[in-house]
Amino acid sequence: MSGLQKWRARGHVAYLAFVVHRVSGVLLALFIPLHLWTLGKALNRPQALDSFLVWSDQPLVKFAETGLVLMLALHLGCGLRLLMLELLAWRQWQQTLAALAAAGGVAAALLFALRLA
Amino acid sequence: MSQTLQVDVWRGGADGHYQTFEVPHREHQTVLDVVTYIQRELDPSLSYRYACRVGMCGSCAMSVNGKARWTCRTHVKRVVEHGRLRLAPLDNLPRIKDLATDMAPFFDKIGQARGTFVPTRTRHDPFAAIAPDSPARASIDEAIECIGCGVCYASCDTVAWNPDYLGPAALNRAWTLMQDSRDAAHAERLLAVAGDAGCHACHTHMSCTERCPKQLSPTASIAGLKRLALGAALKGEL
Amino acid sequence: MTPRTAARLWALQRLSAAYLAIAVLVHLATIIYAIHGGLSSAEILGRTQGNLAWLLFYASFVVAVALHMPIGLRNVLSEHLGWRGRSLDLAMLAVALVVLGLGAQAVLGVFL
Repeated sequence: MSGLQKWRARGHVAYLAFVVHRVSGVLLALFIPLHLWTLGKALNRPQALDSFLVWSDQPLVKFAETGLVLMLALHLGCGLRLLMLELLAWRQWQQTLAALAAAGGVAAALLFALRLA
Repeated sequence: MSQTLQVDVWRGGADGHYQTFEVPHREHQTVLDVVTYIQRELDPSLSYRYACRVGMCGSCAMSVNGKARWTCRTHVKRVVEHGRLRLAPLDNLPRIKDLATDMAPFFDKIGQARGTFVPTRTRHDPFAAIAPDSPARASIDEAIECIGCGVCYASCDTVAWNPDYLGPAALNRAWTLMQDSRDAAHAERLLAVAGDAGCHACHTHMSCTERCPKQLSPTASIAGLKRLALGAALKGEL
Repeated sequence: MTPRTAARLWALQRLSAAYLAIAVLVHLATIIYAIHGGLSSAEILGRTQGNLAWLLFYASFVVAVALHMPIGLRNVLSEHLGWRGRSLDLAMLAVALVVLGLGAQAVLGVFL
């Protein structure tokens, strides 16, 4: 099987939703311990927290943060979709759900990005 | 419509290569027609399987341009790309020779999922009365027409990633029996299909549902099993 | 792992997911509100210190993450890296405890 055909065989909406769900999940699993650790370190000492906040004000850091909010929102959207598919009797509306998941995720990230600006 | 098709066909077992044949392109030609032409006219040593040719027996499934399909009901003109077809044995199954896979793991797993009906009555008892419009009967109807072709199993990445996974067909079969009020093995079957190798391994890729030539949704059946397992686990019966 | 345990983990992950769905929305709304007009430590700590509702919300948030993440990670590691069996289950237990520990430190740090 050629590489292109292998990808195309996995191009349906539900599979793409799975990939987004999994990739965002792995990135969050890497980020969340770091997030908690930084908070635990910095929040106990206001000076450290303030210098951290100054550091996090850089454009590149803000860009990365927006990416993380996007991951969180996408993981949430795909997860809600999965909960509905698994727990409710369904037939035809799974594509609508996937679209809603994507739209909700992007909307949340945009909101975050615009507020940052 | 170009006059000839370039057809790449897998030759050999696990180790092998693609061999290219030129086959005349005809109107209303199926992929199985193409394979049969190669075997009869070009290379009689080509191995492949088929029986009914009309979409009932489930024996002719292969990978066609990267997607598992029933070849007897797949028209060439719907799948050909730039005059080319790429035919391979089904994924996720041991390759015996050319286009023939060893289907034993697939059928063994239907057995492991307790895919056999266990009667509660004997031939001396009266017929069981099942209302055709009852919810259980309706959900059986949605899943019962499986022909055991293995397309779902070959399309499922969870099978590829977790070789113990029972797979869509076996779980779909188990779901129909779990809905059958005449069956006596509900508890044992639920135990057989729950867990890391069973319904809980499914990630709802829906490749099975996407590819099933009978337009069944094993994903929906597996979701049903997850709900049954949840209910049983909450009641302490699992 | 027995089918019963697998079914329970599956249910636990869905249950924590349902809770996280709400908690994440609240968290995102809080972030978007909080970053409006810039962040400072005094502002953050002023909102959080001694705030019991805040403590309960974020403590439950951390517990839900500590349940949800290792179960998902277990699937990823077994499917993509082929890591299976007891060592994987113990490692995931360790991940849950690390998340709980780091989370407790962070949440208590801003509450006290």
